[in-house]
Amino acid sequence: MRARIDVLGASRIEGPLLVLEGFGRAAYGELVEVLGAGEPRLGEVLASSDEAAVIELWGDTAGLAPERLRVRFRGETLRVPVATEMLGRVFDGLGRPRDGLPPPVAERRVDVHGSPINPVARAYPQDAVHTGITAIDLLNTLVRGQKLPLLSGAGLPHNELAAQIALQARVAQPDERFAVVFVALGSSHDTAAFFRERFEASGLLSRTALFLNLADDAPMERIVTPRVALSLAEHLAFDHDYHVLVLLTDMTNYAEALRELAARKNEVPGRKGYPGYLYTDLATLYERCGRLRGGAGSLTQIPIVTMPGDDITHPVPDLTGYITEGQVVLGRALSRGGLYPPVDVLLSLSRLMKDGIGEGRTRADHAAVAAQLYAAYARVQEVRNLATVVGEAALTPTDRTYLAFGRTFEERVLQQDGDEIRSIDASLDLGWQALSELPAEELTRVGEEELRAHYRGRLHGRVGAAEVPGEEDDGERR
Amino acid sequence: MREVGRVRWVSGPVVKARLRVPLGLLEQVWVGGERLAGEVIASEHGEATVQVYEETSGLRPGEPVWSDGRPLEVELGPGLLGQTFDGIQRPLERLLRGGRGIDRGAAADALPERAWPFEPCVEPGLELPGGALLGAVRETELIEHRVLVPPAVGGRLTWIAPAGEVARDATVAVLTAPDGTAHEVGLVQRWPVREPRPVRRRLDATRPIVTGQRVLDTFFPIAVGGAAALPGPFGAGKTVLQHSLAKGCDAQVIVYVGCGERGNEMAQVLAEFPALTDPATGRPLLERTILVANTSNMPVAAREASIFTGLAMAEYYRDMGYHVALMADSTSRWAEALREIAGRLEEMPAEEGYPAYLPSRLAAFYERAGVVETLSGARGSVTIIGAVSPPAGDVTEPVTQHTQRFTRALWSLSRDLASARHYPAIGWEASYSFYGDAVAGWWEAEGGEGWTELRHAAAQVLEQDARLEPIVRLVGSEALPDRQRWVLEAARLLKEGYLRQNALHPVDAACPPRKQVELLRLFVRLFELGRDLVAAGVPLVRLRRALDTRRLLRLKESVPNDDPSAVTAALAELERDLAALRAGAPAPSGRDDAEVPT
Repeated sequence: MRARIDVLGASRIEGPLLVLEGFGRAAYGELVEVLGAGEPRLGEVLASSDEAAVIELWGDTAGLAPERLRVRFRGETLRVPVATEMLGRVFDGLGRPRDGLPPPVAERRVDVHGSPINPVARAYPQDAVHTGITAIDLLNTLVRGQKLPLLSGAGLPHNELAAQIALQARVAQPDERFAVVFVALGSSHDTAAFFRERFEASGLLSRTALFLNLADDAPMERIVTPRVALSLAEHLAFDHDYHVLVLLTDMTNYAEALRELAARKNEVPGRKGYPGYLYTDLATLYERCGRLRGGAGSLTQIPIVTMPGDDITHPVPDLTGYITEGQVVLGRALSRGGLYPPVDVLLSLSRLMKDGIGEGRTRADHAAVAAQLYAAYARVQEVRNLATVVGEAALTPTDRTYLAFGRTFEERVLQQDGDEIRSIDASLDLGWQALSELPAEELTRVGEEELRAHYRGRLHGRVGAAEVPGEEDDGERR
Repeated sequence: MREVGRVRWVSGPVVKARLRVPLGLLEQVWVGGERLAGEVIASEHGEATVQVYEETSGLRPGEPVWSDGRPLEVELGPGLLGQTFDGIQRPLERLLRGGRGIDRGAAADALPERAWPFEPCVEPGLELPGGALLGAVRETELIEHRVLVPPAVGGRLTWIAPAGEVARDATVAVLTAPDGTAHEVGLVQRWPVREPRPVRRRLDATRPIVTGQRVLDTFFPIAVGGAAALPGPFGAGKTVLQHSLAKGCDAQVIVYVGCGERGNEMAQVLAEFPALTDPATGRPLLERTILVANTSNMPVAAREASIFTGLAMAEYYRDMGYHVALMADSTSRWAEALREIAGRLEEMPAEEGYPAYLPSRLAAFYERAGVVETLSGARGSVTIIGAVSPPAGDVTEPVTQHTQRFTRALWSLSRDLASARHYPAIGWEASYSFYGDAVAGWWEAEGGEGWTELRHAAAQVLEQDARLEPIVRLVGSEALPDRQRWVLEAARLLKEGYLRQNALHPVDAACPPRKQVELLRLFVRLFELGRDLVAAGVPLVRLRRALDTRRLLRLKESVPNDDPSAVTAALAELERDLAALRAGAPAPSGRDDAEVPT
């Protein structure tokens, strides 16, 4: 761009906006430093005309006197240094060191907004990340380069699950370059400390960069924080061939900061007061992931979204779901029942799963088992609803086998310890164990051969043995 | 290209420029030192408002604005098929040289620079109107590219290129207008993206686009030249269905517009399509496909343009006499782009912040679907299938509501079906199509006799099932009489064995018409036979025991697509087995546990 220019005094301050009348040389998006009261505050040019410039400040504007300010136009858009030596460090929401150590030596300085990846440059993600968690590996397989959010609610163990995914994903791929970029967006100190401790205890901290915009940091800074962090993640994944896992917690706080800013700019509000461009804005973050043709690295995102009032139709989880490649939904009722991880299987989905599993990747029967477990578990919900009305005793024998299946599925297949690593084979075998509670004719989504190879229940009818379905199934008369 | 003014104001994708030379609405401009592509969306009092198709950060007041006085255009000619473009028709493969991102101001011709084997089909001396056929180029093995006189040109053909190689930019014909002016016609023509290409007249739709998706073809068919909307909440399978349609439907040319959607999805299309082959010819599907990819993180104004870029290319192939299907995923993202730009212009918002002209823009888009008689007298069509992404799955929101006014088929995706992994998750209660009668004749002739009755009968089964459902939820199916339990059972078989379709299965992914009709016949007959047996007093237990349901449910996958005779045989077998059951049935008053004679 060009040299920096200092301007003395601003015309007025409106909320987070600073207006400089009579200055007609600002570039759109240019980085601005405001000096004059305490720490320099950063912002960027929101609109520029030949008569005035409007600047959006990320920090607090309280206590600023317009006429006594010095506004420094930096002559470039916000660029941040990126370097592999940033792993093991802690930064604030704008990428400045927060651990008392000197700033890292930049390998490159990059525009925090990145540049959209040419769709043709992308490689389609196909390598499953082995997390050792059955609810994910078996039913919602995470794939390198995918963005898979955890849609959760206040008080649910999404942080535990996210940390477990990060730790175990790394253990499963010990030889490769693996890094975690952890991004706190308006999270509490406790949350940040929890992740830090988990990473430290497992020796992952040296492979982790933490970007912390905590609950008591300036909310406007929150708009920039994920962009700063993703700039590093892209550098690691695409320039240094790392497999990078980005954890963003919590995107709801991010969206709220965006809403606050939009309201203070007097923009037309959309649903629940969020700006109409929330989708596009979220997409510019979530789309910064994937794999590149000819590159060995990958960038995988796990954004955490706490759904206000557990409402999945709230704009933030809703728009997130429209952008991401599936979602893992945590259920309150499951969690209350003591299940960990409390994954609501029926609402969860991994869109990239189908190409990351099967012969040569996981196991040949994976797709069929997952589909059958879904279908059967969907039926379990219907039967449970029915049982609450008519009582278990009034159910058909087949329906009762579904209840048994449902229990086994939740207690043996989904349930697992916070540090337990299950192989994909073990998860699949557990799945078959649950399916074996059901009569073979109910298993319409698995093939005959798979059934013969893995099914341990009663093989009757025309499957395998010659036995005919028992009269007891449908035999009671009224 | 000349300098026409200077930037006065910039905010996001909207730039205002003070003009020295007046600019017309929709003229293309290039803004700033980096020459960012843009389009004039308002022009008054010597000031133009420009929407810029690229990221504008770094742009400042005083930078120059250029124009060549032409509207935003697409390049039309051989070489479009098989390519991937961004929203303003830049070839993404050739922009790759700049690294993983797209450099600002990057420019490249849409069409590859190469020579094509031209075959003329007219002799000099003929009077040719606009749209007339001049000759052909073999663009791909699947598609012969017909070279037409541009719509606005006409006259006596004074020269035509002989058969042989013709360079991309060469002239292939010269026409002399009545006033004596000579028009050179090239292989490559330009057309304004927002202007519908002219046709002689619109025709009535009489045949369906066979989508290969049984639930659609049977219950909610779309006619060639029709328009269908595909609304659904996230995760219900819109994109997978759009992909299945692009792969399996029987249109001759596919234009797939990925509008504000995921980058990885486009990567999937690009990874998959070259490997997929057209069942009829064995050629790669990409040879009949044009992709337009403007992912959600790419500039929002280009997303708005991407739909029209796709349409202009679709109409170009229609004018050659092809049946073209355009898939737009998703029109909601396009509408949001409209809203965002309207917001930047501080226009008065109507419903939910969308501009008041949203319905007229949607109408203008869907009305470009149709079967037409082209200027050269050929028959061609554009069929539009637009995905809609209603926030929170709420179909009362403006985009879904207005879209329904302009489309005659609605394929509504259901979250409940998707949760049960019943794909395609088309909810048969909320969906509809007005094309059923128009395409019935075709189905009766090409699919199989009795199609109309069969689909009515099948719809009846689903309807009865839907009426029983609340009762079952309350008291359980056990409390129902056998007659009604059979309805539930038959509906389940119909849903599982017919409506559910596996997009990933090599055989089941797309189902051809004859197999569809035979399968449908089997499940409808099964219902009727069972119903009659139950009415005749055969207990449901026995009926069920006589059925090999696993086998019936797998027919869709086990029977080859090109020879559905095994389905017919299975039906014959079924009729025989059930007739045997009937022979042994007791009188209606008989006891249920009576012995079955063997």
